[in-house]
Amino acid sequence: MSGKHVAKDQPTTFEFNEVNLKRIQEILKKYPPERKKSAVMPLLDLAQRQHDNWIPNAAIKKIGEILEVPYIKIYEVATFYTMYNLAPVGKYFIQICTTSPCMIRGSGKIVNLCKKHISEKEGKLSDDQKASWIEVECLGACVSAPMMQINDDFYEDLTEETATKIFEGIKSDKLPKPGSQKGRVGFEPNKRLTLVKN
Amino acid sequence: MLQDKDRIFTNLYGDFGRDIKSAKVRGDWKDTKEIIAKGKDWIINEVKLSELRGRGGAGFPTGMKWSFAPKEVKPGRPHYLVINADESEPGTCKDRDILRFEPQKLIEGCLIASYAVNANACYVYIRGEYLAESKILQEAIDEAYKEGLLGKNACGTGFDLDIHIHLGAGAYICGEETALLESLEGNKGQPRLKPPFPALIGLYGCPTIVNNVETIAVVPTILRRGGKWFAGFGRPKNTGTKIFCISGNVNNPCNVEEEMGIPLKDLIEKHAGGVIGGWDNLQAVIPGGSSMPLLSKSICETIKMDFDSLVEAKSGLGTAGIVVIDKSQDIVKVIARIARFYKHESCGQCTPCREGSGWMWRMLERIAKGDAEVAELDMLMDVTKQIEGHTICAFGEGSSWPVQGLLRHFRTEMEERLTHKKNI
Repeated sequence: MSGKHVAKDQPTTFEFNEVNLKRIQEILKKYPPERKKSAVMPLLDLAQRQHDNWIPNAAIKKIGEILEVPYIKIYEVATFYTMYNLAPVGKYFIQICTTSPCMIRGSGKIVNLCKKHISEKEGKLSDDQKASWIEVECLGACVSAPMMQINDDFYEDLTEETATKIFEGIKSDKLPKPGSQKGRVGFEPNKRLTLVKN
Repeated sequence: MLQDKDRIFTNLYGDFGRDIKSAKVRGDWKDTKEIIAKGKDWIINEVKLSELRGRGGAGFPTGMKWSFAPKEVKPGRPHYLVINADESEPGTCKDRDILRFEPQKLIEGCLIASYAVNANACYVYIRGEYLAESKILQEAIDEAYKEGLLGKNACGTGFDLDIHIHLGAGAYICGEETALLESLEGNKGQPRLKPPFPALIGLYGCPTIVNNVETIAVVPTILRRGGKWFAGFGRPKNTGTKIFCISGNVNNPCNVEEEMGIPLKDLIEKHAGGVIGGWDNLQAVIPGGSSMPLLSKSICETIKMDFDSLVEAKSGLGTAGIVVIDKSQDIVKVIARIARFYKHESCGQCTPCREGSGWMWRMLERIAKGDAEVAELDMLMDVTKQIEGHTICAFGEGSSWPVQGLLRHFRTEMEERLTHKKNI
């Protein structure tokens, strides 16, 4: 269970924008009409995307109204799952996987680089207020370890050099292409034994 | 070594297109209508003949699971097929490749499986971090709808099927099937007590079959080439081909589809380019994702990678996520980090797991520093035994087995560390 940090300064109101209101109608079609509650997670995600990558309590209340579910039921979902941010994060939100497969491939070095380039403390905004970083559990890209996620994108097969480039890219808003930083397409071995291209 | 002609996932490395046209060239959606016309009993029987076991970790026979779905659909109780794509087991990243490079295999498998268990709706639960993969799958689903392969009268079979994607939000426990169903219903992902099993009371209280991505994606090929063909690989009860993920201290970390029962040493040496610094630099291997107990080097010399061989070695095939650990690593720290993972991911429902996972982590951190008594090793083993078997779901086993594996194979090293470094 993760101890969630909930922001002290909260906006008093939250409304979904026009585009998202339409999306909500599309999302609701996926589930049986009497099972609207199933849409809690997709709606929390929508709210987070609309609101600078974090979910204010007002949005949780709003979702409760839309789905006709008590506020506390939505709140307990929002606090249970790690991907919902309940307090502001940087415009570039960096999540470094440090679970064992990444750890033994050197994720500690990437964490140190974050301390140097982003901010000394985990979860604190950088001096230019642009980025923040946290350590996370396995992101499911163990074969291309070490790796990190910046907003929605995976950056894999990292080395200290390529990670430094990415962190410098954040400062100038020019990030390298996501994916393997060694140029792999998927999880293919560098030397192919099988499935040679025809 | 498995020959290219026997590979199911011919686009595992993304060499070719993932679009439906390219997928059809590779053989997907060939004669699907005819296969379905052979009927539910034939399909389930053929899957039973193939001896396919679930690829998500538990290894439950797939054909048998399907046969648990009620034969008749009762009014007001529709059946559901739910695909578990919440791939979060450390060391495992095989389903991701199926989602992004072979989505049509999964979709075709969904149609066949849904037909076999009488489900007209199928949900694919993808972990939230795989956003890019979920977009690819959605595009593939849209393509299939356009070609009439999904929706009303899917693929001309007279059977209706809708597939929906539901994204998770970063909770490992949602890979447990009942926690996944809770999450899909809009709740915290906390596992349910079993029985009742989902096959009778699952999503929204209705009969539900939950299968892993890889399990469903291999089904169309099995039915096309025959259950006997699949059963021809490996040995009885441990059949077929399997995607292995090889990560950690190897020269060429990679995913590879191989025959079940391939020696672990072959996988590491031939496919993954060997252990960094050579085979003698090997310290231990976690053979099936982080919840499976590690294997010492001497076992790795000869062990074959299938369900039963690994159980005999007091470990398990799990998800076949192989993590290679060389001698440059502090093995206690590696397992301590796994213990921290479980401490973070425990859903908090059962006391032995919620409290015990933290105890194991804190003890291991101290042991790693040499800051513990030798007697505490027995205490640590005792904690693992008090968690194992005393929780609602298998997370209890998943969190205690890696610690037990460490104590089984590295106790001497740990004792030495505690005796010598005690006062440092």
